[in-house]
Amino acid sequence: MAVSAVNAMHRLPDLSRVPVVDEVGVNERVARFQTRSIKSASKIEALKLILSMIDLTTLEGQDTPGKVRQLCQKAIHLHDSMPGLPHVAAVCVYPTMVGIAREALQGRDINIASVATGFPSGQAPLSVKLEETRLAVESGANEIDMVISRGAFLAGNYQLVFDEIMAIKEACGDAHLKVILETGELGTLDRVRRASVLAMHAGADFIKTSTGKIQPAATMQVTLVMLQAIRDYFYETGRMVGMKPAGGISQSKLAVHYLVMLRETLGNAWMTPEWFRFGASSLANDVLMQLQKQATGVYQSADYFSKD
Amino acid sequence: MAIPENKLAFGDGWQYSPAPESIDHIKVRKKYDLFIGGDFVAPVKGRYFETINPATEERLSRVGLGTELDVDKAVAAARKAYSSWSRMKAAERGKYVYRIARILQERAREFAAIESLDGGKPIRESRDVDIPLAAAHFFYYAGWADKLDYAFPGRTARPLGVAGQIIPWNFPLLMAAWKIAPALACGNTVVLKPAETTPLTAMKLAEVVADAGLPPGVVNIVTGAGDTGAAIVNHPGVDKIAFTGSTAVGRIIQKALAGTNKRYTLELGGKAANIIFADAAIDQAVEGIVNGIFFNQGHVCCAGSRLLVQESVADQVIQKLKDRMDTLIVGDPLDKNTDIGAINSAAQLETIESYLAIGEEEGAELYQSACPVPDRGYWCRPTLFTGVSQSNRVVQEEIFGPVLAIQTFRTFSEALSKANNTRYGLSGGVWTDKGAKIFKITQNVRAGVVWANTFNKFDPTSPFGGYKESGVGREGGLHGLDAYLKLEA
Repeated sequence: MAVSAVNAMHRLPDLSRVPVVDEVGVNERVARFQTRSIKSASKIEALKLILSMIDLTTLEGQDTPGKVRQLCQKAIHLHDSMPGLPHVAAVCVYPTMVGIAREALQGRDINIASVATGFPSGQAPLSVKLEETRLAVESGANEIDMVISRGAFLAGNYQLVFDEIMAIKEACGDAHLKVILETGELGTLDRVRRASVLAMHAGADFIKTSTGKIQPAATMQVTLVMLQAIRDYFYETGRMVGMKPAGGISQSKLAVHYLVMLRETLGNAWMTPEWFRFGASSLANDVLMQLQKQATGVYQSADYFSKD
Repeated sequence: MAIPENKLAFGDGWQYSPAPESIDHIKVRKKYDLFIGGDFVAPVKGRYFETINPATEERLSRVGLGTELDVDKAVAAARKAYSSWSRMKAAERGKYVYRIARILQERAREFAAIESLDGGKPIRESRDVDIPLAAAHFFYYAGWADKLDYAFPGRTARPLGVAGQIIPWNFPLLMAAWKIAPALACGNTVVLKPAETTPLTAMKLAEVVADAGLPPGVVNIVTGAGDTGAAIVNHPGVDKIAFTGSTAVGRIIQKALAGTNKRYTLELGGKAANIIFADAAIDQAVEGIVNGIFFNQGHVCCAGSRLLVQESVADQVIQKLKDRMDTLIVGDPLDKNTDIGAINSAAQLETIESYLAIGEEEGAELYQSACPVPDRGYWCRPTLFTGVSQSNRVVQEEIFGPVLAIQTFRTFSEALSKANNTRYGLSGGVWTDKGAKIFKITQNVRAGVVWANTFNKFDPTSPFGGYKESGVGREGGLHGLDAYLKLEA
C-alpha cells in the first residue's frame, strides 16, 4: 500500500470535497441496470454466486440457541438434493449467539458475523460498544457488523463518528469490520456518500447499508452511491473495500440486478463473497427455487425448501 | 482526489449470455412498392433497391426506387386528397391521427424489432425510445387538431397544402412521426421520403396508415435516394419542404428553394458542447456524457460530441468515463443487453473511420474500449479523443459516430466561448450543482436545446431545432404547428 494510503486511512477526510450526488441521475442509472436481461448460463452462474454471498441472518429479540443452530445447518446444507451448490458466506447473529454459532459451524468454512455496538440504534456509550465488540470477537466472531452513531453524523459531528469507527476497528483485531450506515436514517444520497467516505477512511473493511430494522433498508439507489464511493476510494488509495446491502432483498431477480450493478460499477475483482455480501434471511430460498426451476423447468412449492 | 492510478477490470468473469429479442412475429415482405394514393404501387420505371441489415450485411428486402414520375404521381395524389382533408372537421382529422398513434403502440414490438434490423440501433433504444416517442408525437399532435384556434389566439390558422418531407436514417420512424403528425393535424397532406438505408419502418407505417383508414392520398411514401428527394424538393406542386439531414444537403435544398414560394424547415447537423463544471455530480455527469455521445451509436444530430470539462476534475472524469466505456456492450442490435449497435451503413463507417485517422494525424490521443465486436457487419467501438484543440477538424466537424472530443477549460467564460465557437448550434449540455450557473449557460449558449444535468431527452411538447448551420425553424411543441400553418389575421 502506498504511503499516502496509510496516512489517508487515519485522518478524517474533508467531506466537503466528496462529490455531490444527483438523485434523478442515480434513478436513471439504476433503471438501466434493471433493463439488463440475464438468461440461461449467466443466470445460473449469478444465482450460485448470490448464494455464496449471503450472510444468513437472524437478529430477533426472540432468537433462541435452537433457532441459531437451525440457521447454521441451513448455512451448511442449503439444499442437499441439488448437487453443486455453494455454501453461504456467513451467518449473522447477536453477540450472545456467537458461541452457539461457533459450535454449530465447527470445522466449516463459513464465517461468523456478529452485530455489535448497540445494534440496531447505536445508542450506547463507546465503552459499552467496545466491550461488546471484544466479547463478540472472543466468542468466535470473525466479522463484526457495527452501526454508526447516526445522531452524531446528522448533527455534523463527523470526528466523533470517525473516531468511534477507528476505535471499534482496533477492538476487532483480526476480525473484519463492516460499518452499517443505516441509510434509511440518513435522508439524502449526499449524506450516504459522505458517510461511506468517512467510514472507509476510518478503516472499514466493508460498508453496509442497513440494520434491517429501519425502512427503507437496502435500495439499489443507495447501494449504487456506496459502490461509487468504494470505487473512488480505490482509485485514490488502491485499497479495496467490500459492500453489503442488507434488508429488503428477498427476490432473486432483484439480487441479480444488484450483481449487474456491482459488475458494471466495480468490475470483476469485487464479484466474490470476499468483497460483496447480501444481508438477507429469505433470499436464499427464492434463489434455490429459481435454480430448481432452471434445472427442471418447473417451480416447486415453497414446502420443498427448508424454512429456517 | 489524487492522480488516478488504479484501474478496474471489466473484461473477464461473469458475462451476460445472449438475450436476443424474438423476431418470429414480425413480417417483412420480400419487396415493397411505393405507397401512393392509399395503395402500394410499383415504381413507374420498375426499379428497386436493396435494404440490408447493417449488423449482418444480409439483404432484408427490396424497396421501390422512386423517380420524378413517381413523385409526380404522389404529389398529385396528395393534392387531390388535400381538398377534402383540409376541409374535414378538425376533430375528425384528429381521430385519424389518434388512430395511427394507437396502432403504433399496439404494434410497438414489431416496429422496434424492424427498426433495429434495418438501422442497426440496439433493441433497448428502439423499444424504449424510438417507438414510444413516435407514438407520443402522434398522440400529442392529434390533440392539437381541433384546437389550432387556441394555439394561435386572434389569428386564423390555415394549412399550407402538400408537404414534401425528407427524413434521415438515424431515427427512421421517429423522424417520420415528427414530420407527419403535425402536418396531418394541421390539415396538410404529405409526400414522405424515408432514408435510403432505413425504409422499412416507413413502409410498415404505410400499412398502419392504411389500417387506420386514412383517406387515400393523405399520406404518400416514396422510397429512394438523393434523386428522389431532389424530385420532391423541386416539384412545383409542393407547398412546403421539411428536411432533416446533413448540412451539406440542407444547403442544396435551401438554394433550390430560393425564389420559390415554398415554405421550409431544415433540421441539420450539430457539434454540441457538453459542459461539466467541477461542482457537478460527477458520476451522474459521466453517465450523461455516455448518453450524450454513445446513444444510437452517436448517429444523433444533437449528440454531445464535444466534452468540455473543468480542469480540476478532468482526470477524474476521463478515468471514470474510460471505466464506464469498458462496460458498454457493442454487438447484435437485437440483443437486449447491447448498448451500442451497428453503424448504419458501410459509407457511414467509412466516414467515421476517416475521422479517426484525421484525429490521430492532428495529434490527438485516441482511446477505444477493448470490447469484442462481431466479424461481419459495420462496427465502431466507443472512442475518445483527448488533447484536441478548437482548430482540429475532429472538434469542428460533425462525425456522426460514437466519437467524443474532450477539451478542458479553466473559467466559466472560457467554457462559454469554446461552446459557442462552432458553426453549429443545435444543442448543448451543462452539468453543475449551482442553479445560477445553469441559467447563465442556458442564456448564453447559442443552441436550440440546452439540457441541464441530463442529455438527449426528448418530448413531443418541446420545440427542437437549431441556430446557424444547424438549421431553420422548429419542430415539436406549439412551434412545430407553426411550421405547417399559414396564420392569417
